[in-house]
Amino acid sequence: MNSAKERLVNGIVKENPTFVLMLGMCPTLAVTTSAVNGLGMGLTTMVVLALSNVFISLLRGIIPDKVRIPAFIVIIASFVTVVELLLQGYIPFLYDALGLYIPLIVVNCIILGRAEAYAYKNPVLPSLFDGIGMGLGFSVALTCIGAVRELLGAGEIFGIHVMPESFVPVSIFVMAPGAFFVLAVLTAIQNKVKIIGEKKGRDMSKIQSGCGQDCLNCADSGCAKRLYDDKEKQAPAQKKAETTQAPAQAPEQKAADTEEEMAADKQVKEEKENG
Amino acid sequence: MSDLMKVSSNPHVRSRTDTGSIMLTVVIALLPAAGFGIYNFGLDALILILVTVASTVLTELLFEKICKRKITIGDYSAVVTGLLLALNLPASAPWWIGVVGGVFAILVVKMLFGGLGQNFMNPALGGRCFLLISFTSIMTNFDCDAYAGATPLANLKAGESVNILDMVIGRTSGTIGETSMIAIVAGACILILMGIIDLRIPGCYIVSFVAFISIFGGHGLDAAYISAHLAGGGLMLGAFFMATDYVTRPITKNGQYLFGILLGILTGIFRIFGPSSEGVSYAIIIGNLLVPLIEKITLPTAFGKGGAKA
Repeated sequence: MNSAKERLVNGIVKENPTFVLMLGMCPTLAVTTSAVNGLGMGLTTMVVLALSNVFISLLRGIIPDKVRIPAFIVIIASFVTVVELLLQGYIPFLYDALGLYIPLIVVNCIILGRAEAYAYKNPVLPSLFDGIGMGLGFSVALTCIGAVRELLGAGEIFGIHVMPESFVPVSIFVMAPGAFFVLAVLTAIQNKVKIIGEKKGRDMSKIQSGCGQDCLNCADSGCAKRLYDDKEKQAPAQKKAETTQAPAQAPEQKAADTEEEMAADKQVKEEKENG
Repeated sequence: MSDLMKVSSNPHVRSRTDTGSIMLTVVIALLPAAGFGIYNFGLDALILILVTVASTVLTELLFEKICKRKITIGDYSAVVTGLLLALNLPASAPWWIGVVGGVFAILVVKMLFGGLGQNFMNPALGGRCFLLISFTSIMTNFDCDAYAGATPLANLKAGESVNILDMVIGRTSGTIGETSMIAIVAGACILILMGIIDLRIPGCYIVSFVAFISIFGGHGLDAAYISAHLAGGGLMLGAFFMATDYVTRPITKNGQYLFGILLGILTGIFRIFGPSSEGVSYAIIIGNLLVPLIEKITLPTAFGKGGAKA
């Protein structure tokens, strides 16, 4: 089950479909006018994603390579139809709020992307957890965006009034431009946290994915492990280049660089000692 | 070392004009309109102008301090943005409207895109449209001590008669700086005489706007209707002070003619066919977004690169 946990973390944090992979922007921008809508859209997508991942993984030996995309679409569309009818029957308010965007889940590129990049090449159980992880990541992202937009645009979170009476809602945040502002700021914050983490020498050592480690036969160019490996390969070459160019560099910058490196080294050592 | 001793390759700039002096001239040229606004709407207008200008300048200062960039508030561009934004607010707006608009204009529209010279949209208008969409009821509430009721342009759209003399002088309701055509044109004359702006964009803008409303306005060549449209709303302020913004207008001459004509048509469409009576702000920011395309199609051929065969 280690791989399952890893898949979940991968979907929610490392390869978060919204903030990291930048997939599925259409529902992200369109339906996140409130936290409830964001959560509803995220969970609906998660159900479709998990089910379609499982079935595509089951059928991966049968589906011919040349017609795999139409086959994926048929499977995904079937599940979307099922989910749409269920929503219409049991959660009508969500069905009304999401409207056109439920059938549009068929063409959500997260689902097709995971089918192509993961489920088509991996066994059933990891595919299921990949779908759940990605879906949860999508839900978390959409709920965050929805909550911020609802808070600023209506003074509420999940329909509960939280802002003081004197607060005047900034209604642009529940309109289309607000989605772009909020998504941009949240992505910027997330990138900043990542950069700080990398500078301190964290994270990088933990990056591993349950991909079977077979990078040569893998089509996933955005894979975190591959990016990490490439960086490792480039690092020695870069260092060589740096030493040859060293005299041309400004002395201040060099000093700063070495200081930073030393600090990073120190931290790594400390972590090793502690752990 | 004195300035004269600098050793550099040509071409040499011999003019003493720089960004700071140009922006300061624009501030001075805006003072008649601001002064009339304060006279017209009272102390509220003065407070709102001061708060807005302070918020734009402080935002720029803080952003540059936090990001450890060069401090550029000395070039007065933030003051111009704040002043233009304030002149576009109704005097009845609470003070925090000025602060929110100022912060948005500088932080999001200007600094996040790289500061002065990199912004793709006029910051003051970006801020104004942000406020207009966010706080529609506050931004369109023109009731104040001196005047009550709708702006003359809204009355005109509703088919009521308007007093054109009052509109030209500025004794009407509206935003702080847009009411007085005389004060704005006086300021614009300063800019034109100082060589800061030329008549290409404002001229094309106004001419094409007049042509558009004569054709589609439903009143034909009715002088009273056309002059009411010219004197009402933000047309004059927009044409002379915002469409001519150096950063967000096209560089090429033909592009500037095209830009002016485009703005006139867009303003006409928004005023006559749109739900609102006002359309200058949206026309100019949409025009701003099209500037890269306009520049692309009006790029002159470099000398020696061919061109039309004689």
